[in-house]
Amino acid sequence: MLQLNSRQRHTSSPARHCGAGFLLLRATLAFRRPRRTIGVRRNSKERVVTEERSGANILVESLVRQGVEFVFGYPGGAVLPIYDALFDDERIRHILVRHEAGAAHAAEGYARSTGKPGVVLVTSGPGATNAMTGVADAFLDSIPLVVITGQVPTGLIGSDAFQEADTIGMSRHCTKHNYLVRDPAELAATIDEAFQIATSGRPGPVLIDIPKDVQIASALWHEGAPQRRNRYSPCEQAPADEIAQAVEMIAAAERPVLYTGGGVINSGPRASALLRELQAKLDAPVTSTLMGLGAFPADSADWLGMLGMHGTYEANMAMNEADLIICVGARFDDRVTGRLDAFAPNSKKIHIDIDRSSINKTVAVDLPLVGDCARILDQILTEWGSRKGRDMSAWKARVDEWRLRKSLSYPRSELAIAPQFAVQRLFELTRHLDPIISTEVGQHQMWAAQHFHFFSPNRWLTSGGLGTMGYGLPAAIGAQCGNPGKLVVDIAGDASIQMNIQEMGTATQYRLPVKVFILNNEWMGMVRQWQELTYESRFSNSYSDSLPDFVKLAEAYGWKGIRIEDESQLDAGIQAMIDYDGPVIVDCLVAKDTNCFPMIPSGAAHTEMLLHGDVVAGTMDDEAKALV
Amino acid sequence: MKITRAAEERHVLTVTVDNEAGILARIAGMFTARGYNIDSLTVADITDNHAVSRITIVTHGPQNVVDQIRHQLERLVPVHKVVDLTENGPYVERELALIKVAGTGEKRVEALRVAEIFRARPVDTTTESFVFELTGAPDKIDSFVALMRELGLVEVGRTGIVGMIRGASEA
Repeated sequence: MLQLNSRQRHTSSPARHCGAGFLLLRATLAFRRPRRTIGVRRNSKERVVTEERSGANILVESLVRQGVEFVFGYPGGAVLPIYDALFDDERIRHILVRHEAGAAHAAEGYARSTGKPGVVLVTSGPGATNAMTGVADAFLDSIPLVVITGQVPTGLIGSDAFQEADTIGMSRHCTKHNYLVRDPAELAATIDEAFQIATSGRPGPVLIDIPKDVQIASALWHEGAPQRRNRYSPCEQAPADEIAQAVEMIAAAERPVLYTGGGVINSGPRASALLRELQAKLDAPVTSTLMGLGAFPADSADWLGMLGMHGTYEANMAMNEADLIICVGARFDDRVTGRLDAFAPNSKKIHIDIDRSSINKTVAVDLPLVGDCARILDQILTEWGSRKGRDMSAWKARVDEWRLRKSLSYPRSELAIAPQFAVQRLFELTRHLDPIISTEVGQHQMWAAQHFHFFSPNRWLTSGGLGTMGYGLPAAIGAQCGNPGKLVVDIAGDASIQMNIQEMGTATQYRLPVKVFILNNEWMGMVRQWQELTYESRFSNSYSDSLPDFVKLAEAYGWKGIRIEDESQLDAGIQAMIDYDGPVIVDCLVAKDTNCFPMIPSGAAHTEMLLHGDVVAGTMDDEAKALV
Repeated sequence: MKITRAAEERHVLTVTVDNEAGILARIAGMFTARGYNIDSLTVADITDNHAVSRITIVTHGPQNVVDQIRHQLERLVPVHKVVDLTENGPYVERELALIKVAGTGEKRVEALRVAEIFRARPVDTTTESFVFELTGAPDKIDSFVALMRELGLVEVGRTGIVGMIRGASEA
């Protein structure tokens, strides 16, 4: 080889020198080709440069104009022109993943942790289908993504060409909107609108399918401000009379509870600040969905913890006994409500949501306020003015009685590390670093939600709606790209981590010092738990057989591997993980058959929680089994 | 275990949309993906520059599901406006049908007589057949088709309905 290519430069270097400068090693090339400019026209009046450019070039320019820093992607035949346009462009950093699912989840992690849209670039056919899980994940969790997929040339669409898939058809119902661009002249406006749609209203993924000939053909490029079509303008504010009504309802409530969700995070840090302000005025207890953790600080005396299927006793009881539920950016998901007819029967409900279709979808509410969480909280606070809140001491005394159940307690043993204890220690030893935590999906995810505590938004990255195993590692990689100085930890399970374990190579290549903390119980723990509870402990295919040696695997990828086998090694192991300036896998061997409690079993009311010490093994009737 | 269903009612929705590629698939697919029903669907562009289309959808379901359908439609980016005609007071709905009837003798005469009563217009005729054109509310067409069945009905083509709010104002 005469020329040292970027891939060799990255992978052959040891992964020791991490931290903020990790991306500076982008390969510079010995010679650069000039930008292909077919014609330049200058309009002297408006001083706008107009020139003819290829579709691929227009795409790259449009991304730069949108302020895109990172593109997570994987090349292939149908995106070669775009990769060629990226080759000599220093303004956008391309993060080469190892599987397109990793690209989509990394973009999600980047978006969730920074509040900016994540950008994905994959090829046609298998590139698009592989990325689709992440697109669906972003759709259910309202994460802003712009996904660019290559497509076979327009003349071959529909001919079952090599690597052709109906990407538009497949993504239609798991994107907020999608486009097939048939003319390079439409590219710039399409990309601008895609970013607007992805980031405004209820955020979500937008997919742009670009046939290969459209990437190569040229069109006029205007260097001016983005062209807006202005056909998408979601409602952001509620009418004054509704706000007045909301304030009346809030002022009249004797037992209010704030039920917050991912919408508060998506609305931006200001929404979290306003939530705290409103809470201070009302003196009401606060609970949150899985997606909303961090919007309200977990060290507040009024924090109830997460609610729902694996939520705390006090959170679910407070929801059940409240006379007013103020739902802020949450959607009464089935994981939250339990059996619908028994959910919060005696309360009035105010529902703040930017998506009109979330209102009355599963639970009928008394007052919908359609709009952006921050705007509406602001409106409520203004209308509230200098009113004094009611005395909440009687209500809080009831809440404190429920707290006495200590629903998050768990048994410890000398024989094995309790997984909850491992999460608790990880929290205690890292909290001063204000870390970003991602998770995979399963028991470890719920233990992390219960025992790791959050104080600010954008620190908690998890797959809530779709429940995608394999989310955590690529999400951590994306988050580390957007937050180079931060400690980013993926709390994982031994089964989930294997779903996108190939992304270890990505972290190595870009010197991303992500940490993977595996709670290894040698089971698909949540599946095992459900089988114990509902299928008489018939553990059908839920064991983890033939697990790799995670420490050796870490070393094979140029990571550090640490194994923790008993409690005495726990703190030292976690500290070694934090101290190491590079990516680390911690293989933390935990008790094998621990169940995750509290738990609202399938088909039960949200007050019928199973707690530690309850006898749970057995079976359920078909109605309960049929529920998700 | 038995699966139970809630009581359902019929609703007519009109949907104004950008006339762009794939919009019909997007709307029809949304109904399938979310388990909603389509009883009939008509679509045609309604502006001079062919930029906007109007879709009339007849659906049925429990009230809360029909509300959901409306909001899910409104959520689609190319959708400008959704009106539930059934909710918005009195409206007219019309459907066009072509009905082919074959026969001779008394049956043929009777078919023509019934067609006159229904104001169905013969648009094609041979010595042993008619093709009638009939517009009206769907139940009128249903009755006509039922009568023709006895008089030599060969085939029926129906457009599905279009609907509009009564009175001077736009819905």
